[in-house]
Amino acid sequence: MLETIWFVLWGVLWAVYFMLDGFDLGLGILMPFLAANDDERRIIYNSMGPVWDGNQVWLVTAGGATFAAFPVTYAVMFSSLYTPLLLILFGLIIRGVSLEFRGKLDSPAWRGLWDAGMTVGSFVPALLFGVAFANIFQGIPIDGEGVFHGNLLTLLNPYGIAGGVLFVLLFLYHGALWLAVKSEGAIHFRAVAAAGRLWPAVLAIAVAFLVYSWFVTPLYRNFLARPALFVIPGVAVAALLLTRTFLLGGSLWKAWFASSLTILGVTLFGVTGLYPNLFPSKIDPAYSLTAFNSASSPLTLKIMLAVALVMVPVVILYQAWVYVTFRHKVSGKDLAYEEAY
Amino acid sequence: MDVLMLSRLQFAAATMFHFLFVPLTLGLSILVAVMETVYVRTGDEDYKRAAKFWGKLFLINFALGVVTGITLEFQFGTNWSEYSKYVGDIFGSLLAIEATVAFFLESIFLGVWIFGWNRVSPALHAASIWLVAIGSNISALWILIANGWMQHPVGYVIRNGRAELEDFVAVITNRFAVLEFMHTVAGAYILAGFFVMGVCAWHLLRGNETRFFKKSFSMAAAFALAFSLFEVVQGHMHGAEVAETQPTKLAAMESLWETTTYAPMYAFLIPDPANERNSVEIAPIPGMLSMLAFHTPSAEVKGLKAFPKDERPPVTLTFLSFRIMVGLGFLFVGVSLLAWLRRGTIESHPGLLRLLLFCIPLPYIALEAGWVVAEVGRQPWIVYGIMKTADAVSPLATGQVAVSLAAFIVLYTLLGLADFFLLVKYARKGPEPVARKR
Repeated sequence: MLETIWFVLWGVLWAVYFMLDGFDLGLGILMPFLAANDDERRIIYNSMGPVWDGNQVWLVTAGGATFAAFPVTYAVMFSSLYTPLLLILFGLIIRGVSLEFRGKLDSPAWRGLWDAGMTVGSFVPALLFGVAFANIFQGIPIDGEGVFHGNLLTLLNPYGIAGGVLFVLLFLYHGALWLAVKSEGAIHFRAVAAAGRLWPAVLAIAVAFLVYSWFVTPLYRNFLARPALFVIPGVAVAALLLTRTFLLGGSLWKAWFASSLTILGVTLFGVTGLYPNLFPSKIDPAYSLTAFNSASSPLTLKIMLAVALVMVPVVILYQAWVYVTFRHKVSGKDLAYEEAY
Repeated sequence: MDVLMLSRLQFAAATMFHFLFVPLTLGLSILVAVMETVYVRTGDEDYKRAAKFWGKLFLINFALGVVTGITLEFQFGTNWSEYSKYVGDIFGSLLAIEATVAFFLESIFLGVWIFGWNRVSPALHAASIWLVAIGSNISALWILIANGWMQHPVGYVIRNGRAELEDFVAVITNRFAVLEFMHTVAGAYILAGFFVMGVCAWHLLRGNETRFFKKSFSMAAAFALAFSLFEVVQGHMHGAEVAETQPTKLAAMESLWETTTYAPMYAFLIPDPANERNSVEIAPIPGMLSMLAFHTPSAEVKGLKAFPKDERPPVTLTFLSFRIMVGLGFLFVGVSLLAWLRRGTIESHPGLLRLLLFCIPLPYIALEAGWVVAEVGRQPWIVYGIMKTADAVSPLATGQVAVSLAAFIVLYTLLGLADFFLLVKYARKGPEPVARKR
């Protein structure tokens, strides 16, 4: 029971990370396509300025929860996904530093350098998180000792790439909606138009991914056993359809929330399908790491559950307060603010 | 080189680089919080300008500290998977608690502090930098409880082929961890004090904004002096705890080969590990080591030869790092005392100001040396007495780790240079001019 609760929490932590940092990463990739000049690029940076750092902590928490609750999975997952994980971390390092450093010098070359860092540092994690999770969904070639038999190219198989493209497109759409919410003027209209153009692609790849998963992964096994669970992918698709309605109706906040729900739904679809596996082996199911054979002791799981039940709601409260406090559109006044990015 | 050596180097590079930024974050956040609090309570605009000026340097430094910290959390999985499997039940939970209790607090309220000068009330704004300071210091506490457990494991039982948690309270009240935490944060506060004094010195030597920089200077001098004094006493207690719990580390710190009572301390010695002796030993103080370690001159101190060769840490590196740390620690007491005594007329002591400017790097060296003592001195153990580092490494290919280590070094060097460049630029620029009242 404790293991199952932690499995759910584990999935939720990753899903919340993708939901929150997803728009930062998406906007980082979109920036060269949406911003025409330095002021517009600054609008993009400042639209995520007060929140991106807190969003990123969900990744640290998801990683920490993996370590605390399922140490064997943590050990095998991150050592077998060594190269992609380090590329993700290098990307995030460059992304974070770009945000902080870019505005500190008024030189086009300096700013161009960090703008490039922002885009590359956002694209690589977005793509590789998708590749990694899709590969986990279909199973990883690990043996009984947890040793990975393959390399980065093993992971870049068609389904893995489909997962990567899905994540990138979801994040692009999510980022475009965030910018639409947080900006005004020309860049606002460009963001709305970009979201409108991205939507059919996101819908197509999301549906294709769900169908593709039927053929190459065992994810649907749990859903067929308990059909009520179909509500999860159902919500993901319905929320994605709703974003279109909200976008056309000009309800941008609602569109962004629906897009958040899409990302939560897509992640939880995969996680639910995985259960009880956390890191399935493609070589032999007996080698798979599950919520049961890789878990911490009951005492640790209990203590960590108490910590999570007390602290996570507190974190959500103060983080939500920050989102509300900084909900305004980024205007010329915000760009003139001396501490702005 | 094999995977083990490459992974050791990678972890050392990633950790030591990360720790170039952490101490200033820990100390400067407190100083900025104090400055802003003074501003909110007295309305003295100089303190608002001070909070903004030092806050800017804090942010440039923080940027690298936070992103390099993320890689550390994942390195236990990527490079030390056998370690993670064996002790994750205890160690992993401490890292997870750090993230939920401290890291969120620090990161989320930093956003409020940067972007909130005109959007939240002055009191709430000052509170947000306090929350950043508290968050980062609590973060250090949990990380050091985790490290303290590797140094001196308590509250566990070996069950199901791994170390499992038995007594959580014992783990979080581990005396070794508490001492290590105090030792590390006090070191961080000394570093921040010397950093602020050094930057002030640069401006005071040029006669820039003398009134403004003297205010910051006095605060930093008091901070540095208080914690330099504290560190001497605390460092002694920490050393006595090491003597109690990690006899091999103590012997390496002092390069003591033979087990002796009335163990002396030498003013100068050169270790000769190949021949299990010291090639030079000058000016012994009889019984001093026994006295410091066990509080009685007759106490027996175990020498390195009392332990099998494969359970001894690298002696020369541990010994030298320890001497450097302790020597610098005493220097900090003297220099900060002088600075504090002359704080009222500091602008007319150019010699002292120049000295303070050149002192900026010294606490960095002392803190990194301290970590070398703690981590190299613990070898060959990754968890003292229960797991060796050689048994902890991931089953990776040599090429993978060689490439990632090279990538770490290139990326971190470039980012470190950019950060240093910005720090120098903004430190020299000084505070924003006083806003004209209309």
